[in-house]
Amino acid sequence: MQESPKKGLNWWLFFASALLLIIPTCYVVYNISPANMPRNDSAQGGEIDHLITYVHVLMGALFVGWLGFFFYVLLRFNKNRQPVADYAGVKSHASTWLEAVVAIFEAVLLIGFAIPVWSRAVDKFPKENEATVIKVIAQQFQWNGWYPGPHGVFCTNDAKFFSGDNTFGLDKSDPHYKENFIVAKDLVVPVGKPVLVYISSLDVIHCFACKPLRITQDAIPGMVFPAHFTPVKLGTYQINCAQLCGLSHYGMRGTIKVVSQTDYDKWVAEKSKAGASAGGGYE
Amino acid sequence: MESTTHDAHAPPHQEPGFWQKYIFSTDHKVIGLQYGITGLMFLFMGFCLMTMMRWQLAYPGHPIPIVGKLLFRVLGEDMVGKDAAGHVGVMMPGLYNSFGAMHGTIMVFLAIVPLAFGAFGNFVTPLQIGAPDMAFPRVNMVSYQFYFMGGIIMLASFFIPGGAAQSGWTSYSPLATVADMGTRPNGQTFWIIGMVFLISSSLLGAVNFITTIIQMRAEGLTWMRLPFFVWAQFVTGFLLLLAFPPLEAAAVLQLGDNLLHTSFFLPTGLVVSGQHLHVSGGGSPLLWQHLFWFLGHPEVYVLILPGMGIVTEIIACNTRKPIWGYRSMVYSVLTIGFLSFIVWAHHMYLTGMGTRIATFFQTTTMMISIPSVIILTSLFISLWGASMRFNTPMLFALGFLPMFGIGGLTGLPLGFNASDIHLHDTYYVIAHFHYVVAPGTIFALFAGIYYWYPKVTGRFMNEFWGRVHFALSFIFMNLVFMPMFIQGMAGLSRRMYDGGATYAAQDGVVGLSKQVIGLNIPISHAVWALGLAQLPFVINFFWSIRRGKKITSDNPWQATTLEWQTPTPPPHGNFEKPVEVFRGPYEYSVPGHATDFTPQNEPPTAAPAPHGNPLLS
Repeated sequence: MQESPKKGLNWWLFFASALLLIIPTCYVVYNISPANMPRNDSAQGGEIDHLITYVHVLMGALFVGWLGFFFYVLLRFNKNRQPVADYAGVKSHASTWLEAVVAIFEAVLLIGFAIPVWSRAVDKFPKENEATVIKVIAQQFQWNGWYPGPHGVFCTNDAKFFSGDNTFGLDKSDPHYKENFIVAKDLVVPVGKPVLVYISSLDVIHCFACKPLRITQDAIPGMVFPAHFTPVKLGTYQINCAQLCGLSHYGMRGTIKVVSQTDYDKWVAEKSKAGASAGGGYE
Repeated sequence: MESTTHDAHAPPHQEPGFWQKYIFSTDHKVIGLQYGITGLMFLFMGFCLMTMMRWQLAYPGHPIPIVGKLLFRVLGEDMVGKDAAGHVGVMMPGLYNSFGAMHGTIMVFLAIVPLAFGAFGNFVTPLQIGAPDMAFPRVNMVSYQFYFMGGIIMLASFFIPGGAAQSGWTSYSPLATVADMGTRPNGQTFWIIGMVFLISSSLLGAVNFITTIIQMRAEGLTWMRLPFFVWAQFVTGFLLLLAFPPLEAAAVLQLGDNLLHTSFFLPTGLVVSGQHLHVSGGGSPLLWQHLFWFLGHPEVYVLILPGMGIVTEIIACNTRKPIWGYRSMVYSVLTIGFLSFIVWAHHMYLTGMGTRIATFFQTTTMMISIPSVIILTSLFISLWGASMRFNTPMLFALGFLPMFGIGGLTGLPLGFNASDIHLHDTYYVIAHFHYVVAPGTIFALFAGIYYWYPKVTGRFMNEFWGRVHFALSFIFMNLVFMPMFIQGMAGLSRRMYDGGATYAAQDGVVGLSKQVIGLNIPISHAVWALGLAQLPFVINFFWSIRRGKKITSDNPWQATTLEWQTPTPPPHGNFEKPVEVFRGPYEYSVPGHATDFTPQNEPPTAAPAPHGNPLLS
């Protein structure tokens, strides 16, 4: 540990530092860039993406600041260039201001973005008559979509109606039962109109996630949670289960097919004719 | 401290035998070492599980090389299957879920907490406060024994029918109840019983630490003269004391659900595999989540605070200057301790939380980031004006700073509930908390091992191989966890047995790109390389016990705190003469002082006669 005292800059350390400073910067930029974020094809997802971007700007600024300071002190305040340490160290209180700025920035993101976005996601639901309403029922290892049919009225359901071919316990004597229908795995929704989904589960906790439509909501047995999203482009998107639900959790794939309103109406009419009794939604 | 024995045959002051000295010891240093060795073994095991899981993620459905056949023979065909060509050694989903659950459980409860709190806390805390031992040496021994029992139960569960617990380290109900229902008792039963032992162990340790730190500080060692490490252990003790019991209670309730047909966490009307589950119902799955995360979030700080303590000690010593903002760091750590009890539901944003409750929890979550920023900033600023010595402990401690910085900062987009909608349960989360715990806490633990090794053994670990260990670990840790941020941001969910291949973009369906899924392969290779990078450490650790460079002084790093003012290794009872403290913990490079360090117990002027030892009176 007896290095001979050197006064010059340690070039090796300098280049390593510069490199290490550049890499995380590029990294943060790439990470939040559209090149890496999944495309957002929903109306409500834009503000989520904005928040993610702003938070990453704050994180990036803090981290690059810390790193810059860090590498400077490593180069400047090592045993060779500073044989005797300075007992007092930093006397300025700039860091207090820095911490205050971080706190203010966080408060702005919280009050200006996170809380209102959340409030719109979990409190401001579209009216049922202005939205496509689907009851999504999860089970190991499949997503089921229960549609009310052309008239938009769900039949009643209760555990007492449960039977082997009627796992959701639909009331077959309900007049609306005949036009209700249940699809497995592949949901269909019309474009440009809010979709209101009531999410629940038959067995364990699942999580209904469709990343390109920026919708994620746990499906918890014994509870029903509404969630909403508005697809803005035609296309087919994948639903994945984002909560460990058992052996085939990884394969619990569903899709949401976004079609035009005319195609949707045609599809609903066709499915509704076949009715809920046609296999009860099982393939 | 030993109670007198009434056995007439045993002469007093007899040198204890092997069993008494190493296995059933009540000496805090031996217990610390027991925790340390056992914890390192579990750390290795937890890592091994991941090396095998990473094979499955990178090459789904291919037989695991080297150990595949062995796994098949030991665990059977339910767990290890064949590929299309009939080669045995393919990890089945059940085994993947088991390994995943046990990787988390082992790393958190059997490796990091025992190392950070059990090992370093036990060995260093009494020495740093000038105490002869812990307040309750026998409770301390029982604490280790409970931990050991818990570990054995967890390990045994791999070999029972149905294998180890499969429902994640979080063991959410109802999955934890309905998974592997055919076998009772099953892996989950073992997990719960193991957890009861582990939590009881932490509880005993916590009581002991808190009492010791309050009651047994040397004369003159006031609160604001405590080394930051002791503060960190003190707050950790309170977190363990207050946060762990709810999960112990919850675990017993889940045991009831699993074995006795109760329904604490099971709602009415469960239909599993097309059959009504015959339970009374009426329970709530969310109750389990609340009880789990009430432990779970303070637990995060149990994992990180002792690491911060270790790093602070090493930075003070190797910058040869006082820690900048010691007081604000102490207040910050106390604030973190308090706030960590009211942030837990940020793990549950997507469980149907309304705006008010979510606002409360994300506000507290943002608040807790401020003291963390203060601590990290203080440590960075402490480097200004230093005369830094870059030895191995210091390299690990310096490595901790930016790594913990990444881990902490990436908590922000997860703490805001709106951005969590996209990032929830993706690889972003995995990368975030691993940056906190792996290159964060584990680097701090390595730093601590290299730093206090001379106090334990009287020899240094090899410096060159220590640096090699640091450089390789630093590179590979980042290569493992950095790409996971990209994967998570791109929308890859965690706990996917096939590494997300199911969700690849396919003809006309929007999905994960080839590049994002393809990152699994370099990540896995980096994991295996990280494993190899630990070889220098393992060899160095054992080799240096007998062959390492001998220390020439009891205070080889020329440090100020009390643990270095004892003989090496410290004898039973620690200090040869009573200790009195005259100053703060980090009086380095005091202007006008003859040396660049002033030990806490060095009398201010011409040495006055020491006062009596308050501990013996």
